[in-house]
Amino acid sequence: MLRVDVVKQLGEFSLRATFETEGRVTGLFGASGAGKTSLVSMIAGLLRPDRGTISIDGEIMDDTAKAIHVPAWRRRIGYVFQDARLFPHLDVAQNLDYGRRMNRLADDPTQRKRVTELLDIGHLLDRRPGKLSGGERQRVALGRALLSKPRLLLLDEPLGSLDEGRRAEILPYLVRLRDEARIPMVYVSHDPAELRQLATQIVLLKGGRVTSVGGVKVLSG
Amino acid sequence: MFDITPTEWIAILLSLRVATVATWVATPLGIALAYVLARRDFWGKSLLDALIHLPLVLPPVVTGYLLLLAFGRRGPIGAFLADNFGIVFAFRWTGAALSCGVMSFPLLVRPMRLSIEAVDRRLEQAAETLGAAPWRVFFDVTLPLALPGVLAGMVLGFAKAIGEFGATITFVSNIPGETQTISSAIYSLIQTPDGDTAALRLVIISMVIAVAALIGSEWFARRATKRLHGN
Repeated sequence: MLRVDVVKQLGEFSLRATFETEGRVTGLFGASGAGKTSLVSMIAGLLRPDRGTISIDGEIMDDTAKAIHVPAWRRRIGYVFQDARLFPHLDVAQNLDYGRRMNRLADDPTQRKRVTELLDIGHLLDRRPGKLSGGERQRVALGRALLSKPRLLLLDEPLGSLDEGRRAEILPYLVRLRDEARIPMVYVSHDPAELRQLATQIVLLKGGRVTSVGGVKVLSG
Repeated sequence: MFDITPTEWIAILLSLRVATVATWVATPLGIALAYVLARRDFWGKSLLDALIHLPLVLPPVVTGYLLLLAFGRRGPIGAFLADNFGIVFAFRWTGAALSCGVMSFPLLVRPMRLSIEAVDRRLEQAAETLGAAPWRVFFDVTLPLALPGVLAGMVLGFAKAIGEFGATITFVSNIPGETQTISSAIYSLIQTPDGDTAALRLVIISMVIAVAALIGSEWFARRATKRLHGN
Protein backbone atom coordinates (compact mmCIF):
# COMPACT_ATOMS: atom_id res chain seq x y z
CA MET A 1 0.00 0.00 0.00
CA LEU A 2 1.22 3.45 -0.94
CA ARG A 3 0.36 6.39 1.29
CA VAL A 4 1.26 9.89 0.22
CA ASP A 5 0.57 13.10 2.08
CA VAL A 6 2.97 15.80 0.93
CA VAL A 7 3.38 19.52 0.42
CA LYS A 8 5.99 20.91 -1.92
CA GLN A 9 6.57 24.41 -3.21
CA LEU A 10 8.33 24.54 -6.58
CA GLY A 11 8.76 28.16 -7.59
CA GLU A 12 5.25 29.50 -8.26
CA PHE A 13 3.76 26.02 -8.28
CA SER A 14 2.46 24.47 -5.11
CA LEU A 15 1.85 20.76 -4.83
CA ARG A 16 -0.37 19.39 -2.07
CA ALA A 17 -1.23 15.78 -2.58
CA THR A 18 -2.86 13.30 -0.26
CA PHE A 19 -3.89 9.85 -1.37
CA GLU A 20 -3.70 6.20 -0.51
CA THR A 21 -3.79 3.39 -3.03
CA GLU A 22 -3.75 -0.34 -2.96
CA GLY A 23 -3.90 -1.98 -6.32
CA ARG A 24 -1.69 -3.52 -8.88
CA VAL A 25 -1.50 -0.44 -11.07
CA THR A 26 -2.24 3.00 -9.76
CA GLY A 27 -2.79 5.39 -12.63
CA LEU A 28 -1.67 8.92 -11.87
CA PHE A 29 -3.63 11.03 -14.29
CA GLY A 30 -3.43 14.74 -15.04
CA ALA A 31 -2.63 17.34 -17.68
CA SER A 32 0.99 18.37 -18.16
CA GLY A 33 1.94 20.75 -15.37
CA ALA A 34 -0.40 19.08 -12.88
CA GLY A 35 2.59 17.99 -10.79
CA LYS A 36 2.70 14.31 -11.75
CA THR A 37 6.45 14.09 -12.27
CA SER A 38 7.23 16.03 -9.08
CA LEU A 39 4.98 13.66 -7.19
CA VAL A 40 6.64 10.48 -8.51
CA SER A 41 10.08 12.03 -7.95
CA MET A 42 9.13 12.44 -4.32
CA ILE A 43 7.93 8.84 -4.10
CA ALA A 44 11.24 7.75 -5.64
CA GLY A 45 13.18 9.86 -3.15
CA LEU A 46 14.79 12.08 -5.79
CA LEU A 47 12.88 15.11 -4.52
CA ARG A 48 12.29 15.93 -0.86
CA PRO A 49 8.87 17.08 0.26
CA ASP A 50 8.73 20.35 2.22
CA ARG A 51 6.30 18.76 4.62
CA GLY A 52 4.51 15.46 4.91
CA THR A 53 4.90 11.71 4.83
CA ILE A 54 5.32 8.96 2.27
CA SER A 55 5.11 5.30 3.17
CA ILE A 56 5.04 2.00 1.32
CA ASP A 57 3.46 -1.03 2.97
CA GLY A 58 3.73 0.75 6.28
CA GLU A 59 7.41 1.45 5.90
CA ILE A 60 8.15 5.14 6.20
CA MET A 61 10.14 6.65 3.33
CA ASP A 62 9.66 10.28 4.24
CA ASP A 63 8.42 11.91 7.41
CA THR A 64 9.47 15.53 7.64
CA ALA A 65 8.12 15.86 11.20
CA LYS A 66 10.54 13.13 12.32
CA ALA A 67 13.26 14.27 9.90
CA ILE A 68 13.17 10.93 8.10
CA HIS A 69 14.23 10.81 4.48
CA VAL A 70 15.31 7.47 3.06
CA PRO A 71 17.62 8.29 0.12
CA ALA A 72 16.55 7.11 -3.33
CA TRP A 73 19.25 4.45 -3.52
CA ARG A 74 17.98 2.73 -0.38
CA ARG A 75 14.29 2.72 -1.30
CA ARG A 76 14.20 -0.19 -3.72
CA ILE A 77 11.75 1.71 -5.89
CA GLY A 78 12.19 1.19 -9.62
CA TYR A 79 11.75 4.21 -11.87
CA VAL A 80 11.16 4.13 -15.61
CA PHE A 81 11.68 7.63 -16.95
CA GLN A 82 10.03 9.12 -19.99
CA ASP A 83 13.45 9.45 -21.61
CA ALA A 84 14.75 5.92 -20.76
CA ARG A 85 18.05 7.25 -19.30
CA LEU A 86 20.09 4.20 -20.19
CA PHE A 87 23.79 4.46 -19.40
CA PRO A 88 25.40 5.30 -22.76
CA HIS A 89 28.80 3.83 -21.84
CA LEU A 90 27.40 0.40 -20.93
CA ASP A 91 25.88 -2.14 -23.29
CA VAL A 92 22.33 -3.38 -22.88
CA ALA A 93 23.36 -6.44 -20.83
CA GLN A 94 25.36 -4.26 -18.41
CA ASN A 95 22.50 -1.77 -18.18
CA LEU A 96 20.12 -4.59 -17.32
CA ASP A 97 22.47 -6.00 -14.70
CA TYR A 98 23.22 -2.70 -12.98
CA GLY A 99 20.40 -2.69 -10.43
CA ARG A 100 21.11 -6.29 -9.42
CA ARG A 101 24.77 -5.47 -8.83
CA MET A 102 23.99 -2.31 -6.87
CA ASN A 103 21.53 -4.10 -4.60
CA ARG A 104 23.93 -7.04 -4.17
CA LEU A 105 21.32 -9.52 -5.34
CA ALA A 106 22.38 -13.00 -6.35
CA ASP A 107 22.59 -13.64 -10.07
CA ASP A 108 19.22 -14.93 -11.22
CA PRO A 109 19.42 -16.28 -14.79
CA THR A 110 15.80 -17.47 -14.76
CA GLN A 111 14.49 -14.05 -13.86
CA ARG A 112 16.80 -12.42 -16.41
CA LYS A 113 15.58 -14.80 -19.08
CA ARG A 114 11.97 -14.18 -18.17
CA VAL A 115 12.33 -10.42 -18.32
CA THR A 116 14.31 -10.37 -21.57
CA GLU A 117 11.73 -12.68 -23.12
CA LEU A 118 8.80 -10.72 -21.76
CA LEU A 119 10.21 -7.53 -23.24
CA ASP A 120 11.71 -9.18 -26.29
CA ILE A 121 15.15 -7.62 -25.86
CA GLY A 122 17.32 -10.76 -25.94
CA HIS A 123 18.78 -9.88 -29.33
CA LEU A 124 19.91 -6.42 -28.13
CA LEU A 125 22.12 -7.51 -25.23
CA ASP A 126 25.52 -6.61 -26.70
CA ARG A 127 24.44 -3.29 -28.20
CA ARG A 128 25.00 0.19 -26.86
CA PRO A 129 21.96 2.38 -26.13
CA GLY A 130 23.09 4.74 -28.91
CA LYS A 131 22.28 2.01 -31.45
CA LEU A 132 18.74 1.34 -30.22
CA SER A 133 15.43 2.73 -31.45
CA GLY A 134 13.25 4.73 -29.07
CA GLY A 135 10.96 1.78 -28.43
CA GLU A 136 13.84 -0.60 -27.81
CA ARG A 137 15.42 1.85 -25.40
CA GLN A 138 12.21 2.13 -23.42
CA ARG A 139 11.87 -1.66 -23.24
CA VAL A 140 15.43 -1.97 -21.96
CA ALA A 141 14.76 0.75 -19.37
CA LEU A 142 11.73 -1.22 -18.23
CA GLY A 143 13.80 -4.40 -18.00
CA ARG A 144 16.55 -2.60 -16.11
CA ALA A 145 14.09 -1.34 -13.50
CA LEU A 146 12.42 -4.76 -13.18
CA LEU A 147 15.66 -6.64 -12.71
CA SER A 148 16.60 -4.49 -9.72
CA LYS A 149 13.66 -6.32 -8.06
CA PRO A 150 11.91 -3.21 -6.77
CA ARG A 151 9.04 -3.29 -4.30
CA LEU A 152 7.28 -0.62 -6.31
CA LEU A 153 7.72 0.40 -9.92
CA LEU A 154 7.18 3.99 -11.02
CA LEU A 155 6.52 4.55 -14.70
CA ASP A 156 6.56 8.22 -15.66
CA GLU A 157 4.88 8.47 -19.06
CA PRO A 158 7.04 5.67 -20.42
CA LEU A 159 5.33 6.01 -23.78
CA GLY A 160 5.44 9.81 -23.77
CA SER A 161 8.44 10.23 -26.03
CA LEU A 162 7.27 7.65 -28.58
CA ASP A 163 5.09 8.02 -31.68
CA GLU A 164 1.77 6.22 -32.18
CA GLY A 165 3.28 3.14 -33.79
CA ARG A 166 5.86 2.67 -31.06
CA ARG A 167 3.25 3.12 -28.35
CA ALA A 168 1.21 0.34 -29.84
CA GLU A 169 4.41 -1.71 -29.87
CA ILE A 170 5.10 -1.26 -26.13
CA LEU A 171 1.63 -1.24 -24.62
CA PRO A 172 1.16 -5.03 -24.88
CA TYR A 173 4.43 -5.52 -22.97
CA LEU A 174 3.11 -3.31 -20.19
CA VAL A 175 -0.11 -5.28 -20.01
CA ARG A 176 1.89 -8.50 -19.77
CA LEU A 177 4.06 -6.95 -17.13
CA ARG A 178 1.03 -6.01 -15.07
CA ASP A 179 -0.35 -9.52 -15.30
CA GLU A 180 2.86 -11.46 -14.81
CA ALA A 181 5.37 -9.46 -12.79
CA ARG A 182 3.49 -9.03 -9.52
CA ILE A 183 5.14 -5.73 -8.72
CA PRO A 184 2.83 -2.89 -7.74
CA MET A 185 3.12 0.00 -10.16
CA VAL A 186 2.38 3.69 -10.30
CA TYR A 187 1.73 4.61 -13.89
CA VAL A 188 1.82 8.29 -14.83
CA SER A 189 0.00 9.44 -17.94
CA HIS A 190 -2.06 12.21 -19.45
CA ASP A 191 -3.69 9.74 -21.84
CA PRO A 192 -7.01 8.31 -20.52
CA ALA A 193 -7.02 5.53 -23.13
CA GLU A 194 -3.64 4.26 -21.93
CA LEU A 195 -4.77 4.23 -18.32
CA ARG A 196 -8.05 2.48 -19.11
CA GLN A 197 -6.02 -0.38 -20.54
CA LEU A 198 -3.53 -0.59 -17.69
CA ALA A 199 -4.66 0.90 -14.43
CA THR A 200 -6.67 -0.77 -11.70
CA GLN A 201 -7.04 2.43 -9.69
CA ILE A 202 -6.83 6.10 -10.65
CA VAL A 203 -5.54 9.17 -8.82
CA LEU A 204 -6.60 12.38 -10.57
CA LEU A 205 -4.25 15.30 -10.21
CA LYS A 206 -5.17 18.83 -11.21
CA GLY A 207 -3.10 21.97 -10.61
CA GLY A 208 -1.09 20.30 -7.86
CA ARG A 209 -4.13 18.92 -5.98
CA VAL A 210 -5.64 15.45 -5.91
CA THR A 211 -9.21 15.89 -7.13
CA SER A 212 -10.39 12.29 -7.00
CA VAL A 213 -9.32 8.75 -6.28
CA GLY A 214 -11.19 5.68 -7.49
CA GLY A 215 -11.64 3.07 -10.20
CA VAL A 216 -10.97 3.71 -13.89
CA LYS A 217 -14.43 5.20 -14.19
CA VAL A 218 -13.24 8.45 -12.57
CA LEU A 219 -11.46 9.10 -15.87
CA SER A 220 -14.78 9.68 -17.61
CA GLY A 221 -16.17 11.82 -14.77
CA MET B 1 73.80 17.56 -33.68
CA PHE B 2 71.88 14.55 -32.38
CA ASP B 3 74.46 13.21 -29.98
CA ILE B 4 72.56 13.69 -26.78
CA THR B 5 75.05 14.01 -23.93
CA PRO B 6 74.57 12.17 -20.62
CA THR B 7 73.83 15.47 -18.82
CA GLU B 8 71.11 16.21 -21.33
CA TRP B 9 69.66 12.73 -20.93
CA ILE B 10 69.53 13.27 -17.20
CA ALA B 11 67.66 16.54 -17.69
CA ILE B 12 65.22 14.92 -20.13
CA LEU B 13 64.50 11.94 -17.88
CA LEU B 14 64.18 14.20 -14.87
CA SER B 15 61.67 16.39 -16.69
CA LEU B 16 59.61 13.35 -17.62
CA ARG B 17 59.75 12.02 -14.09
CA VAL B 18 58.87 15.37 -12.51
CA ALA B 19 55.96 15.98 -14.89
CA THR B 20 54.64 12.41 -14.54
CA VAL B 21 54.72 12.46 -10.76
CA ALA B 22 53.21 15.96 -10.67
CA THR B 23 50.37 14.88 -12.98
CA TRP B 24 49.57 11.63 -11.17
CA VAL B 25 49.52 13.27 -7.77
CA ALA B 26 47.52 16.26 -9.03
CA THR B 27 44.93 14.16 -10.88
CA PRO B 28 42.90 12.68 -7.97
CA LEU B 29 43.01 16.04 -6.21
CA GLY B 30 42.02 17.78 -9.44
CA ILE B 31 39.09 15.43 -10.02
CA ALA B 32 37.86 15.94 -6.45
CA LEU B 33 38.07 19.73 -6.71
CA ALA B 34 36.55 19.75 -10.20
CA TYR B 35 33.63 17.72 -8.86
CA VAL B 36 33.12 20.00 -5.87
CA LEU B 37 33.28 23.12 -8.05
CA ALA B 38 30.96 21.63 -10.68
CA ARG B 39 28.36 20.19 -8.36
CA ARG B 40 28.31 21.86 -4.98
CA ASP B 41 27.36 25.30 -3.82
CA PHE B 42 29.03 26.43 -0.66
CA TRP B 43 30.31 29.50 1.06
CA GLY B 44 33.73 30.51 -0.29
CA LYS B 45 33.37 28.69 -3.59
CA SER B 46 34.57 31.66 -5.66
CA LEU B 47 37.46 32.08 -3.25
CA LEU B 48 38.50 28.45 -3.75
CA ASP B 49 38.16 28.88 -7.51
CA ALA B 50 40.34 32.00 -7.40
CA LEU B 51 42.93 30.23 -5.25
CA ILE B 52 43.22 27.38 -7.75
CA HIS B 53 43.66 29.85 -10.60
CA LEU B 54 46.19 31.98 -8.74
CA PRO B 55 49.31 30.28 -10.21
CA LEU B 56 47.98 31.11 -13.66
CA VAL B 57 47.92 34.85 -13.02
CA LEU B 58 50.73 35.34 -10.50
CA PRO B 59 54.25 35.82 -11.84
CA PRO B 60 55.84 32.32 -11.65
CA VAL B 61 58.71 33.73 -9.61
CA VAL B 62 56.18 34.81 -6.97
CA THR B 63 54.60 31.36 -6.83
CA GLY B 64 58.08 29.83 -6.56
CA TYR B 65 59.04 32.14 -3.76
CA LEU B 66 55.80 31.45 -1.88
CA LEU B 67 56.52 27.72 -2.21
CA LEU B 68 60.00 28.32 -0.85
CA LEU B 69 58.58 30.22 2.13
CA ALA B 70 56.04 27.49 2.88
CA PHE B 71 57.84 24.30 1.87
CA GLY B 72 61.48 25.34 2.32
CA ARG B 73 63.44 23.70 5.13
CA ARG B 74 62.50 26.49 7.49
CA GLY B 75 59.03 27.02 6.10
CA PRO B 76 56.17 25.94 8.40
CA ILE B 77 54.96 23.11 6.15
CA GLY B 78 58.42 22.15 4.94
CA ALA B 79 59.82 21.87 8.47
CA PHE B 80 56.81 19.89 9.63
CA LEU B 81 57.03 17.39 6.78
CA ALA B 82 60.80 17.03 7.14
CA ASP B 83 60.67 16.50 10.92
CA ASN B 84 57.71 14.14 10.99
CA PHE B 85 57.80 12.25 7.72
CA GLY B 86 61.26 12.87 6.35
CA ILE B 87 59.79 14.43 3.23
CA VAL B 88 62.01 17.19 1.92
CA PHE B 89 61.07 19.42 -1.00
CA ALA B 90 63.75 22.10 -0.92
CA PHE B 91 66.37 21.65 -3.68
CA ARG B 92 65.14 18.15 -4.45
CA TRP B 93 63.41 16.78 -7.54
CA THR B 94 60.31 16.27 -5.38
CA GLY B 95 60.22 20.05 -4.94
CA ALA B 96 60.37 20.43 -8.72
CA ALA B 97 57.41 18.05 -8.97
CA LEU B 98 55.55 20.09 -6.35
CA SER B 99 56.09 23.41 -8.12
CA CYS B 100 55.20 21.86 -11.52
CA GLY B 101 52.06 20.36 -9.98
CA VAL B 102 51.01 23.68 -8.47
CA MET B 103 51.70 25.61 -11.67
CA SER B 104 49.86 23.16 -13.91
CA PHE B 105 46.94 22.63 -11.53
CA PRO B 106 44.57 25.28 -12.96
CA LEU B 107 45.04 23.89 -16.47
CA LEU B 108 44.46 20.36 -15.21
CA VAL B 109 41.29 21.20 -13.27
CA ARG B 110 39.51 23.29 -15.89
CA PRO B 111 38.72 20.61 -18.52
CA MET B 112 37.81 18.18 -15.73
CA ARG B 113 35.35 20.64 -14.27
CA LEU B 114 33.77 21.41 -17.64
CA SER B 115 33.33 17.74 -18.48
CA ILE B 116 31.80 16.96 -15.07
CA GLU B 117 29.42 19.88 -15.53
CA ALA B 118 28.42 18.39 -18.88
CA VAL B 119 27.51 14.98 -17.43
CA ASP B 120 23.75 14.47 -17.57
CA ARG B 121 22.53 14.50 -13.98
CA ARG B 122 19.43 12.59 -15.00
CA LEU B 123 21.66 9.57 -15.63
CA GLU B 124 23.01 9.91 -12.09
CA GLN B 125 19.43 9.95 -10.80
CA ALA B 126 18.68 6.82 -12.79
CA ALA B 127 21.65 5.09 -11.13
CA GLU B 128 20.38 6.21 -7.72
CA THR B 129 16.94 4.69 -8.30
CA LEU B 130 18.70 1.43 -9.22
CA GLY B 131 20.29 1.36 -5.78
CA ALA B 132 23.66 2.99 -6.39
CA ALA B 133 25.12 4.79 -3.38
CA PRO B 134 26.49 8.29 -4.10
CA TRP B 135 30.11 7.10 -4.39
CA ARG B 136 29.07 4.34 -6.80
CA VAL B 137 27.16 6.85 -8.89
CA PHE B 138 30.37 8.86 -9.09
CA PHE B 139 32.60 5.95 -10.12
CA ASP B 140 30.07 4.18 -12.38
CA VAL B 141 28.41 7.11 -14.12
CA THR B 142 29.95 10.54 -13.51
CA LEU B 143 33.62 9.67 -13.87
CA PRO B 144 33.36 7.40 -16.95
CA LEU B 145 31.19 9.95 -18.73
CA ALA B 146 33.61 12.74 -17.85
CA LEU B 147 36.64 10.68 -18.87
CA PRO B 148 37.52 12.55 -22.08
CA GLY B 149 37.75 15.80 -20.12
CA VAL B 150 39.71 14.15 -17.32
CA LEU B 151 42.27 12.85 -19.82
CA ALA B 152 42.42 16.23 -21.57
CA GLY B 153 43.12 17.87 -18.21
CA MET B 154 45.85 15.37 -17.41
CA VAL B 155 47.62 15.92 -20.73
CA LEU B 156 47.33 19.68 -20.52
CA GLY B 157 48.70 19.55 -16.98
CA PHE B 158 51.52 17.25 -18.06
CA ALA B 159 52.48 19.54 -20.97
CA LYS B 160 52.51 22.54 -18.65
CA ALA B 161 54.55 20.65 -16.06
CA ILE B 162 57.16 19.66 -18.65
CA GLY B 163 57.60 23.28 -19.65
CA GLU B 164 57.46 24.88 -16.21
CA PHE B 165 60.44 27.08 -15.50
CA GLY B 166 60.00 30.19 -13.37
CA ALA B 167 58.48 28.75 -10.21
CA THR B 168 60.67 25.65 -10.30
CA ILE B 169 64.00 27.46 -10.64
CA THR B 170 62.96 29.90 -7.89
CA PHE B 171 61.89 27.13 -5.51
CA VAL B 172 64.46 24.39 -6.08
CA SER B 173 67.14 26.14 -8.13
CA ASN B 174 68.95 24.58 -11.09
CA ILE B 175 71.02 21.65 -9.87
CA PRO B 176 72.11 19.23 -12.60
CA GLY B 177 70.93 15.72 -11.81
CA GLU B 178 68.57 16.82 -9.05
CA THR B 179 66.42 19.74 -10.12
CA GLN B 180 67.68 20.64 -13.58
CA THR B 181 64.78 19.98 -15.94
CA ILE B 182 64.84 20.49 -19.73
CA SER B 183 63.74 24.09 -19.30
CA SER B 184 66.40 25.01 -16.77
CA ALA B 185 69.02 23.09 -18.76
CA ILE B 186 68.15 25.18 -21.83
CA TYR B 187 68.39 28.29 -19.70
CA SER B 188 71.87 27.30 -18.49
CA LEU B 189 73.04 26.37 -21.98
CA ILE B 190 72.07 29.65 -23.60
CA GLN B 191 74.02 31.45 -20.93
CA THR B 192 77.15 29.42 -21.72
CA PRO B 193 79.35 30.26 -24.72
CA ASP B 194 79.02 27.53 -27.42
CA GLY B 195 75.93 26.17 -25.73
CA ASP B 196 73.70 27.02 -28.71
CA THR B 197 73.72 23.63 -30.43
CA ALA B 198 72.99 21.75 -27.24
CA ALA B 199 70.25 24.23 -26.35
CA LEU B 200 68.67 23.80 -29.76
CA ARG B 201 68.76 20.04 -29.33
CA LEU B 202 66.85 20.27 -26.07
CA VAL B 203 64.42 22.76 -27.62
CA ILE B 204 63.61 20.23 -30.37
CA ILE B 205 63.25 17.42 -27.84
CA SER B 206 60.87 19.44 -25.68
CA MET B 207 58.82 20.26 -28.77
CA VAL B 208 58.67 16.56 -29.69
CA ILE B 209 57.47 15.68 -26.17
CA ALA B 210 54.82 18.41 -26.25
CA VAL B 211 53.51 17.43 -29.68
CA ALA B 212 53.51 13.73 -28.75
CA ALA B 213 51.53 14.55 -25.60
CA LEU B 214 48.97 16.53 -27.60
CA ILE B 215 48.57 13.81 -30.24
CA GLY B 216 48.31 11.23 -27.49
CA SER B 217 45.58 13.15 -25.69
CA GLU B 218 43.68 13.65 -28.93
CA TRP B 219 43.82 9.89 -29.51
CA PHE B 220 42.76 9.05 -25.97
CA ALA B 221 39.92 11.56 -26.05
CA ARG B 222 38.63 10.22 -29.36
CA ARG B 223 38.79 6.64 -28.13
CA ALA B 224 37.07 7.55 -24.89
CA THR B 225 34.31 9.45 -26.70
CA LYS B 226 33.80 6.55 -29.06
CA ARG B 227 33.67 4.11 -26.19
CA LEU B 228 31.02 6.24 -24.53
CA HIS B 229 28.72 6.85 -27.42
CA GLY B 230 29.16 4.19 -30.04
CA ASN B 231 29.49 0.50 -30.31
